Amino acid sequence: MASAHGTGIKPPARRLTWNDPTVRAVVYQVIALGLVAFGVWYLVSNTLHNLETRKIASGFDFLTREAGFAIGESPIYFGPENTYARAILVGILNTLRVAVVGIILATLLGTIIGIARLSKNWLLAKIASLYVEVMRNIPLLLHLFFWYALITEIMPGPRDALNPMPGVFISNRGIKVPSPTDHFAFDLAAGGFLLGLILSVVVAQWAKKRQERTGLTFPLMWSSLALILGLPLLGWLIGGAPTQLDVPVLRGFNFQGGATLTPEYAALLAGLVIYTAGFIAEVVRSGILAVSHGQWEAASALGFTRGRLLQLIVLPQALRVIIPPMTSQYLNITKNSSLAIAIGYPDIVSIANTTLNQTGQAIEGILVIMGVYLSISLSISLFMNWYNKHIALVER
Amino acid sequence: MASQQMIELQDVNKWYGQFHVLRNVNLSVKRGERIVICGPSGSGKSTMIRCINRLEEHQQGHIVVDGTELTNDLKNIEAIRRDVGMVFQHFNLFPHLTVLENLTLAPIWVLKKPKAEAEETAMKYLQRVRIPEQAKKYPGQLSGGQQQRVAIARSLCMQPKIMLFDEPTSALDPEMVKEVLDVMVGLAEEGGMTMLCVTHEMGFAKAVAHRVIFMDRGEIVEQNTPDQFFSNPQNERTKTFLGQILH
Repeated sequence: MASAHGTGIKPPARRLTWNDPTVRAVVYQVIALGLVAFGVWYLVSNTLHNLETRKIASGFDFLTREAGFAIGESPIYFGPENTYARAILVGILNTLRVAVVGIILATLLGTIIGIARLSKNWLLAKIASLYVEVMRNIPLLLHLFFWYALITEIMPGPRDALNPMPGVFISNRGIKVPSPTDHFAFDLAAGGFLLGLILSVVVAQWAKKRQERTGLTFPLMWSSLALILGLPLLGWLIGGAPTQLDVPVLRGFNFQGGATLTPEYAALLAGLVIYTAGFIAEVVRSGILAVSHGQWEAASALGFTRGRLLQLIVLPQALRVIIPPMTSQYLNITKNSSLAIAIGYPDIVSIANTTLNQTGQAIEGILVIMGVYLSISLSISLFMNWYNKHIALVER
Repeated sequence: MASQQMIELQDVNKWYGQFHVLRNVNLSVKRGERIVICGPSGSGKSTMIRCINRLEEHQQGHIVVDGTELTNDLKNIEAIRRDVGMVFQHFNLFPHLTVLENLTLAPIWVLKKPKAEAEETAMKYLQRVRIPEQAKKYPGQLSGGQQQRVAIARSLCMQPKIMLFDEPTSALDPEMVKEVLDVMVGLAEEGGMTMLCVTHEMGFAKAVAHRVIFMDRGEIVEQNTPDQFFSNPQNERTKTFLGQILH
């Protein structure tokens, strides 16, 4: 009213008609909401009814009961006397163990192949594109069967294990390597490694300050490499340079001692990394190609060397294009690791499945699996989105 | 003793596949000389100046820049690029860096200057292109004319002996052409800088060029002082071209 008085023009009267987009939108949304609510109500009431008629108690009380089964491999101690809760924790750790290492290795391999595919070297570029086309077009399950079969069928038994270097044995029981014994020197070496990491960061800060002050650049990569490798060596030497390692020894049908890379873990990791690297290679390639040719030309014209040009101009811009699809690939690795069940690696799905079979708590078991994947995936998403925002371009 | 010749092209030939883009190009540019290169599109004028800092490779002939011959030797190429600034049609500013960072990146990493000194130089050149207040903004926040002035300042921060301009005003809205040309005229009037400019801005050519070169089909067809070039063109092709752009 007031505005109509002010301008002297009356707004057209609103009529309730089917041709009004707002009216339509409201009606559609009410219908959609009603359908969803009905679906949820139907599922919940059906489930509750079924549980009641079959006299199944729901709830998570079973988690504190004794599991009674053994797990093939675990980063923490687990025996049949432990609880279901601990079994599920082992499953989560096993999933994380393969997902985190898989993400790191797939990123490295994928980046190398993606850059190789852009190489001016004809052979290198062709090999890289062949890799991408072959690896990403084979179903992941087949990858896993292939690698698992390769290790368990083709590799010799423990008695005839391949012994490529002293202390390392490759057999169908996995790869056995010597592990450090409980010696002071190895603690020193581990400390040296940590110190090396910290010092590298300190040196990087110092080099940045010095460059701002004097313009001199510092060979950061070499100095960091020297620190991270040199300090553990120094720690080991100071500790008396012990040469005794816990070397695997054949006893009976298998090796005892040392550390093991099991066939299941190795096959799952190899499959995930080799398969996903094909996708990551394409993500990296498209990211680099998305940086316009003019950027290369402008940087070259200013006298940048190829390495600095990549480091300072092309990669920071390519990353913006790379990060969102890369996030999807990281989520794929994490979720695809559930195929572990096919080759008997005890990941969260495998263990939750066993739990579900033994306790009959199907809904709770599925909820645990959903909860675990949702938390891991959301954490990855949140981190990657934060990083993406951090490097986003400023436009007007 | 530095020689009088800054740039020397001898019988330069270049092909893109079957297409002969540069045909026996001979050109010698004196220290401090300002040259405007014009010609129809596809005549090889951009390719020629891009050969001077090796953004394009020539396949025959010799190119000598300030006494250094352009060969496959990376050290030679990098040394020449440090002395040759280039301004592009599409600006090619680095969109992930602020204006100030665009200007200091090469002085810091290529010339190894301290940051404070690089920033001081950068601010000096930003004053000269009359946009010091934009130093903290990103290229995407500037108008086309402002971006091109930043691009000119970015090249000047390397304190080059030669400046190459590759159609610096062709991608600009008409009302922004003048602000960029003013900066270029200012640079020319200071003197001392060897400038090669591919442009169709004939007013600019008349105002500052020592020599105007007309290229067509990969050849240098005609070259003369601006007065002579515009009032008394010799070659038929030059006359046709001038007839098309001056009316």
